[in-house]
Amino acid sequence: MELAPFLERLESSWASVAIRESILFYPLVETTHVLTLCLFLGMTATWDLRLVGLAMRGVPVSEVVDRLFPWSIAGFAIMVVSGSLLFLSSPVRASGNVFFQIKMVAIALAGVNAFVFHNTVFRWVAEWGESRQVPARARVAGFCSLGLWAAVVVCGRMQAYNWFD
Amino acid sequence: MDWLPMFEWLEATSVGVAIRESLWLFPVIECLHLLALALLGGAVLVVDLRLLGLGLRSQPVAALGRSAQPWLVGSLAAMVATGVPMLLSEAIKCYYSPPFWYKMGFLVIATLFTSTVRRFVVAADSGRIGPFWRGATAIASLGLWFGVGFSGRWIAFY
Repeated sequence: MELAPFLERLESSWASVAIRESILFYPLVETTHVLTLCLFLGMTATWDLRLVGLAMRGVPVSEVVDRLFPWSIAGFAIMVVSGSLLFLSSPVRASGNVFFQIKMVAIALAGVNAFVFHNTVFRWVAEWGESRQVPARARVAGFCSLGLWAAVVVCGRMQAYNWFD
Repeated sequence: MDWLPMFEWLEATSVGVAIRESLWLFPVIECLHLLALALLGGAVLVVDLRLLGLGLRSQPVAALGRSAQPWLVGSLAAMVATGVPMLLSEAIKCYYSPPFWYKMGFLVIATLFTSTVRRFVVAADSGRIGPFWRGATAIASLGLWFGVGFSGRWIAFY
């Protein structure tokens, strides 16, 4: 399937034009996207920092993960919806931007990292979750998550500059 | 009092000039500002959610407050350390931007509220302050910090 014609059709759709030409809607969506960082990344970073051993060391890992996960997921959902609307406003330019491309790859890698963590070392969290010192694999997952999400934020911000358009 | 002469002076500082003349300095500082925002938001939310009876519910509020405190102070310091250079680079624009003044107002009130009322409520044991006032404190904190963030983003638009 050819992507370019699809993106061009998307860009000329009424929804894309409406968002682009709106006076208030676009800035509101952008503000929502930025401020939801506090919810999504704030919660995600809290549990990553717990895994790494830098924060909340007195709180069991399973509790940090279980109790903050719904908030993190809610934040992620708002990020995806608001981000998709921003993408929809200029799909051709966004998809051709190297920062956007790196951002999408970093999100995918963060997803893989989370999936691997949940299906390996987190499965036996009952054995280590109470201790202040967590297994090396869990710490690595925490570091990877922090690094990847930081890269996502940086690329997202840089995408707005037209350096590589 | 007219702040314009002061903002003209800020705009003319060597740091302000250097950031304006650099292609990449402003965006890089912006990125650091955003990363600190995520940490600040996390540190505020974890405790405010707990005051509302949500999130890390089985932890005592005071203990959670102590855990979050270095992150709250550290990320706020990082916000200021990255925010000031950005202000220097476009001080005149900020002077004429209503959202900038709203942001500064919210920032002063949010910082004062957090370091006094909220700090007291978080440190007090739950017997002395009931769920209503704890929840009200959390809502006020969330509202004030939201005001800072929202008007901060709108400096770019107006």
